[in-house]
Amino acid sequence: MQDEPTPVELTKSVADFLRNDIAPLVSGHQAFKLRVAVNILELVTRQLTQEEGSDAAEVERLRVLLGMDGSVTELNAALAERIAKGEVDLATPGLAEHLWATTMDKLAVDQPNYASYKRELGRNS
Amino acid sequence: MIEAELFRSVQRWCSGATGVTGAAKLSGGASQETWRFDITHPDGPIGAILRRSPKGYGAAPTRAAGLAAEAQLMQLAYEAGVPSPRVMHVLTPDEDLGTGFIMQRVEGETIARKILRDEEFAAVRPKLARQIGDVLAGLHGLPLDKLPELRSRNATQEISEFERDYRSLNWPKPVFELALRWLRDHDPGPSAETTLVHGDFRNGNLIIGAEGVRAVLDWELAHLGDPMEDLGWVCVNSWRFGEIDKPVGGFGSREELFAGYEAAGRSVDPLRVKFWEVMGTLRWGIMCGGMMQRFREGPDHSMERAMIGRRASETEIDLLRLLAPRGS
Repeated sequence: MQDEPTPVELTKSVADFLRNDIAPLVSGHQAFKLRVAVNILELVTRQLTQEEGSDAAEVERLRVLLGMDGSVTELNAALAERIAKGEVDLATPGLAEHLWATTMDKLAVDQPNYASYKRELGRNS
Repeated sequence: MIEAELFRSVQRWCSGATGVTGAAKLSGGASQETWRFDITHPDGPIGAILRRSPKGYGAAPTRAAGLAAEAQLMQLAYEAGVPSPRVMHVLTPDEDLGTGFIMQRVEGETIARKILRDEEFAAVRPKLARQIGDVLAGLHGLPLDKLPELRSRNATQEISEFERDYRSLNWPKPVFELALRWLRDHDPGPSAETTLVHGDFRNGNLIIGAEGVRAVLDWELAHLGDPMEDLGWVCVNSWRFGEIDKPVGGFGSREELFAGYEAAGRSVDPLRVKFWEVMGTLRWGIMCGGMMQRFREGPDHSMERAMIGRRASETEIDLLRLLAPRGS
């Protein structure tokens, strides 16, 4: 077992430093790049916090949908292949719900401020 | 020094010019650059833009029309009254500036979020969707016999090309697979009419002033095809920049876009527009994947490129909203 602070706490400390101490010192294109850098660190902390839970739920749904076992990567590839072959489509029970749940979990990490995501989040799915 | 080279060129086609100042690179990857500069002239300074591939980068990527074709299209558009910068000069090899062209600099705003939020555009915003319909009608009406040689792409060919691009990424995405199936099932076939298609007509590639569209930029993806492709692409959710209930670039409704297009004497096929919107959404998603790949393998190891790779999921949610909408 590794010691603490956790990766999330460490990454946050770097983001805080960049935002609070460095941002006021730079301007123009450097300021733009700094914002991108901070956004990256924030994305990483969201992923570190959420990935384990969302992957486990995704695997659970995929096992039911596909009737097979495997890692999240293997199962995702298998689903892609079945859709490509036309063996699974939107008429397949559970597919739309699975794709929605998976995509919402991705947006929660990638772009929680994306307008379509916020709209869908406000819906009672 | 690029100003000295530019001045040598300017002297040949701009009579009375006495110098070149303020040259600054606005954007550029390895193969293509955009510079701004001012021509000093007794009648007052002339704002100019250079678009070029530096020496040694002559070959255009496969989908691009090439800078020579781009210059020709912009000039044709300008002459036909479609808002476009005037092309002042096409570079010749002896000028040592690479390949490309110099055009008049059009003042105005291109940054989508500013156009959608800033007060100075508040009055024009509600008019833009309709105006864009009118501009696209003009663009699609450019005479085919005057166009430079361009690649020709119908819906079926585009689906195959995007599928190949997507498969080459080795990046299995169930939502993209679903979209590919949908596109094949809804392929409208060849369009009744083949016209010039801009190929990247969207909020972000338009110079907007207080009175409306001043210029259409970035003609590098121009080709021959279904005119409805441009109407679908301008509606892709990513180009609404948060204004998701205003499909046309965040400015207004499809009905306004269609009305502007039809008032200019052309007809709209809404089902084809929808098809091209789905296609466009997938296209942007695959482009995000391409950015990820170039970040990983290519020379551009920038943070910006890496983050665009993580924008693929925005196209997945938008594809689901189009193809498997949840109850409202």
